[in-house]
Amino acid sequence: MASNTIYVEAINQAIMEEMERDENVFIMGEDIRRSVYGATAGLLNQFGEKRVLDTPLSENGFFGAAIGASLVGMRPIVETLTSFMWVAMDQLVSQAAKMRYMFGGQATLPVVYRATMFYGGGSAAHHSDRSYPMFMNMPGFKILVPATPRDAKGLLKTAIRDDDPCIVFEDGTLGGATGDVEAGEAALVPFGVADIARVGTDVTIVAIAGAVPMALRAAEELEAEGISAEVIDPRTLVPLDKAAILESVAKTGRLVIADPAHKVCSAASEIASIVSQEGFWDLQAPIMKVAAEQVHIPYTPVLERLVYPSSDKIGDAVRATLED
Amino acid sequence: MENISKEKLVQMLERMWLIRHFEVRVMEVHAAGEFTGAAHPYIGEEAVAVGACAALEDTDYIAGNHRSHGHPLAKGGDVKRAMAELYGRVDGYCKGKGGSMHLADFSIGILGESGIVASSVPVAIGAALAAKIKGEDFVSMVFFGDGASNQGACHESMNLAALWNLPVIFLCENNQFAVTTSYKDSVSVEHISDRASAYNMPGVLVDGQDAVAMYEATREAVNRGRAGEGPTLIEALTYRYEEHSLGLGRVRRGEYRTEEQINEWRERDPIDVLEHTLTTQGILTREECDAISKAKEAEVEEAVEFARNSPYPEPEELFDDMWADPIPAP
Ligand SMILES: Cc1ncc(C[n+]2csc(CCOP(=O)(O)OP(=O)(O)O)c2C)c(N)n1
Ligand SMILES: [Mg+2]
Repeated sequence: MASNTIYVEAINQAIMEEMERDENVFIMGEDIRRSVYGATAGLLNQFGEKRVLDTPLSENGFFGAAIGASLVGMRPIVETLTSFMWVAMDQLVSQAAKMRYMFGGQATLPVVYRATMFYGGGSAAHHSDRSYPMFMNMPGFKILVPATPRDAKGLLKTAIRDDDPCIVFEDGTLGGATGDVEAGEAALVPFGVADIARVGTDVTIVAIAGAVPMALRAAEELEAEGISAEVIDPRTLVPLDKAAILESVAKTGRLVIADPAHKVCSAASEIASIVSQEGFWDLQAPIMKVAAEQVHIPYTPVLERLVYPSSDKIGDAVRATLED
Repeated sequence: MENISKEKLVQMLERMWLIRHFEVRVMEVHAAGEFTGAAHPYIGEEAVAVGACAALEDTDYIAGNHRSHGHPLAKGGDVKRAMAELYGRVDGYCKGKGGSMHLADFSIGILGESGIVASSVPVAIGAALAAKIKGEDFVSMVFFGDGASNQGACHESMNLAALWNLPVIFLCENNQFAVTTSYKDSVSVEHISDRASAYNMPGVLVDGQDAVAMYEATREAVNRGRAGEGPTLIEALTYRYEEHSLGLGRVRRGEYRTEEQINEWRERDPIDVLEHTLTTQGILTREECDAISKAKEAEVEEAVEFARNSPYPEPEELFDDMWADPIPAP
């Protein structure tokens, strides 16, 4: 086990190990040979030009080419940013998501889209998308939201081996986060198994992606006030480990959901809906959503920081659930 | 002509008749209300897919569009399973989940038809990319219309395929119209094949009513692809006799084209053209051609019976086929 591995390095290790293991795995994206975004360093040297493809700026074209390659036995990884996925929505939605079902199960698409979410750093409205809820709304994708280096590596490795289209939403705010990672098979992280990031008894905080460290910080502060918060990181949104969430709520009776994506029709909304329907009798207080405000991401830092969840907002929401 | 076997020529005629009878029967049973939804007749364009697919092996791939019945049948697809799919039955190619616009048979390289115009084009170049990475010599061919040729997906794919030297055949079926819009009102060049030069690949203009010409042009493109010489754009000039889609009754043909024009094209009917070639070359007699037509008509009728007798899917099957590695439903 390597300790203090950085999130982007963990992603790099996952790609390296899986490309080493299976020669059908290849990667394509913009400026990946020179690893402009950090996660593809060293791949060109190791695997050569055939398996490490720099693409033109043609997202619809190469997102679709990845689909076609996957249909005939390859296991492509596509690197992109969330914000450029809009350009390729036709291939993602009309083809990647729908093809298997539409063709009665004939198509198998082991394709992985790795999309970095660069938000919170003054990137403004065009480069700050946290778009996983939109893809949750579209059946056909497995949706991964790793919040730690361990999960960034482990979920990506599992995704590369999975036979369905997967989208990994890599959280740019965590790019420099460090943590322990395993190597090889031991690193694999299964889909649909939440991580209980902190055990507690008074309130459940379900936190997604970059909101996980915020929730952990809030939990620490709350501990000083005598409030014991349990922090659950679902790690994958499709499939969602609803049993872990419901079990925790059965214990605590209170639920706060922290989600950096826009709050309307969001992962947070979905989790709230599941718990209000299936865990209603366990609840002792209304469910609180701490998600991004329903505005575009403003450039200036003084406004941008108002949009997202924060440990303060999460702490306040927890306190609100405990008021009588 | 020298390099085409008699068997291949006869098979081409068989498949053209199969498609023609299939489409005629589809129009009848659709009108009779036996199934619903859109269906886009390929009548008049049979030589394009049949000639082109005759140049492919089962190990080569095709992808297509909404005008979707001719392509799989031309590549050797099963007429019963195709018809059953239109009827929404379990024995259909997609177990009733795809319908007319989504026929596919992965077992013989038919990667599927698509309802979103030009969305198969990137997919098709991806199959060719796999050939290149794996070092195998299969090729990939994509059928798309004159309308589709204006989509960004098409242009991106042509650039990518030429840049990466992929074994792709871009087969543009210029049937003169996208619904009611003449390609002359939507394409900035005289011929769509002229665009090939912008991507540094050969562009070939072919008489799409002549199956033999289609076969020869495609074979050359396939050979180039297999030899590692990259993609080719073929523009097949052809014509759609029927209206754009079944169930789109509002558009009157006279509003965007003349009976005169339709009749002109009918005079060069692709089946007549091939039969003329075969009979004048002494490959088939008139009687043998008629017998082929009859046999294919009977095959289509059997397919209709097969489809009618195939069950609908059970409600339990609603969630099947979502995932290769299944996950619990939310
Ligand atoms: C992206 C998209 N836009 C519009 C449509 C509606 N539509 C379906 S077929 C068609 C015309 C396509 O023309 P062409 O590509 O020439 O094919 P043809 O129908 O002539 O065979 C249109 C506009 C669609 N299905 N997809
Ligand atoms: Mg057309």
